[in-house]
Amino acid sequence: MFDLLGVPPQALFGQLLLGLINGAFYALLSLGLAVIFGMLNVINFAHGAQYMLGAFGAFVAAKYLGLGYWPALIVVPLAVGAIGVVLERLFLSRLYHLDHLYGLLLTFGIAIIFEGLARYMFGASGVTYDNPLPGGTRLPFMFLPTYRAWVIVFSLVVCLATWFMIEKTKLGSYLRAATERPDLVQAMGINVPLMITLTYGFGVALAALAGVLAAPVYSITPKIGSEIIIVVFAVVVIGGMGSIMGSIVTGFGLGIVEGLTKVFYPEASNTVIFIIMALVLMTRPAGLFGTPK
Amino acid sequence: MTDTRNNDLLIAAALLVALIAAPFLGVYPVFLMKVLCFGLFASAFNLLIGYVGLLSFGHAMFFGLAAYVTGHLLKDAGLTPELAILAGMAVAAALGLVVGLIAIRRQGIYFAMVTLALSQMVFFYCVQAKFTHGEDGIQAIPRSPLFGVIDLTSDMHLYFFVLAIFCFGFLVIHRTIHSPFGQVLKAIRENEPRAVSLGYRVDQYKLLAFVLSATLAGLAGSTKTLVFQLASLTDVTWHMSGEVVLMTLVGGMGTVFGPLVGAAIVVAMQNYLSGLGEWVLVIQGVIFVVTVLLFRRGVVGELAALFARGRKPAEPDAPAAQHA
Repeated sequence: MFDLLGVPPQALFGQLLLGLINGAFYALLSLGLAVIFGMLNVINFAHGAQYMLGAFGAFVAAKYLGLGYWPALIVVPLAVGAIGVVLERLFLSRLYHLDHLYGLLLTFGIAIIFEGLARYMFGASGVTYDNPLPGGTRLPFMFLPTYRAWVIVFSLVVCLATWFMIEKTKLGSYLRAATERPDLVQAMGINVPLMITLTYGFGVALAALAGVLAAPVYSITPKIGSEIIIVVFAVVVIGGMGSIMGSIVTGFGLGIVEGLTKVFYPEASNTVIFIIMALVLMTRPAGLFGTPK
Repeated sequence: MTDTRNNDLLIAAALLVALIAAPFLGVYPVFLMKVLCFGLFASAFNLLIGYVGLLSFGHAMFFGLAAYVTGHLLKDAGLTPELAILAGMAVAAALGLVVGLIAIRRQGIYFAMVTLALSQMVFFYCVQAKFTHGEDGIQAIPRSPLFGVIDLTSDMHLYFFVLAIFCFGFLVIHRTIHSPFGQVLKAIRENEPRAVSLGYRVDQYKLLAFVLSATLAGLAGSTKTLVFQLASLTDVTWHMSGEVVLMTLVGGMGTVFGPLVGAAIVVAMQNYLSGLGEWVLVIQGVIFVVTVLLFRRGVVGELAALFARGRKPAEPDAPAAQHA
């Protein structure tokens, strides 16, 4: 076999694949964060916890409800999204008139409640979830596990569908209008508070969907939520929250960069995204796809 | 203004007397030292959120890194405590300068996200660096004699040293808030564009406040190392950053004594609830939610509002960080 820069191609493409999978999760999560922030003006710190709930939700559905992976892929995001709707109605909706920081603090509190409950119920070491699509394809340069290919393709489809819905449909135009001027949209007879609630539920459901997708790939621990949300915050700072397509591109792109760093300089693989964030802040403070205000 | 300052002085004097008397009245000195260390940490954090309107979600990086530096110098280099603490502060200040330069380029919630991400980077550095001893941390750090002569192995001796450090940090913050520099910080908090239009270089003011806050957070971390003879990864995690936010929020953001009160409440809670294991995290989360929804001004802020209402017409509802 040929070597690329002294790295065996199996290792290179294997890490690239894992990077793409991580990138898919970054894209799904930063997309949800951006949509929620656009409508609610709240940075949803609980986003990582809701991703974790999605992963544990898939596990619980399989173990206690006898629900397989495919039904769980629909049921779990709906259930976690419903929890999100309740949270928005009960708590978040009381904070819209205040500074953004209070929304961040409130959702941080919700995040650590979920993390503590998960630790109590499942233990800190976590659980595993069976791969619903075992096997794979032998390509000339690497072995491609079927499930991993499925995650990448499906996430990409969900991301593009979300982009299409927001940028190209009538519902999306209401959403974009309500982001700009909620008062005017309300005056035209559109129920803006309902839209806000459903937007939050949708963003949360996206996070939970990413969680279900992640369940067979990683071991599911209570920590996965807080670990991923910090990286996703950096992704959001790098991309800027102004553009939906920007979130998708930045998410996948940074996943690939992280995967490549694991191959060529593993010591920096945990920090490379944060370093990129610092560099972007020094040169383009508004983010790659953001517009300076 | 002068009225509240006189009141603050009176309260501070009463508090100092109580703190000097407390260990003689049977309060466990290690508990008190923990409260003082975290009170100083929270006060340093409060300098940013309460007086500049910047929410740093990564203050554990200064606290934790300074703790490691002090622990390393005390144990492996055999330095005396005052030098080890000064070195910890210096490292925290340098880190504060670098982080500050990056983070003040964004405002509001972006600032919070950037500081959180950068502190996670420091966390990963501490996991990998040799001198921090990874998962074990630096253990059994000696309480060497202060200035090479004063014995600190007794909890009582150490308590008064820690109290002196706390008073020093507290006075620095008090002096900063009431200086012309502090007035400009408040102006930036209230209306940044206006401060810019008045000709103030707000970025320099913010950076200086950030470095000062980081240095004092480092002082708190270094002192904590001396008290507990331990520096570990716990000190650099985002949980620690969240805890200092919680202390300040519960005590009252933008109040002088709020952070100390909040630290006392959270530390006491950890002591009494330590048997409950995972529930501590859940309870902390519930306190976050309840405080944000029901009493955003915190314990001290609500009490002050109560007294103010008794004397003059009700104040408008204006929590400290409203315009951040």
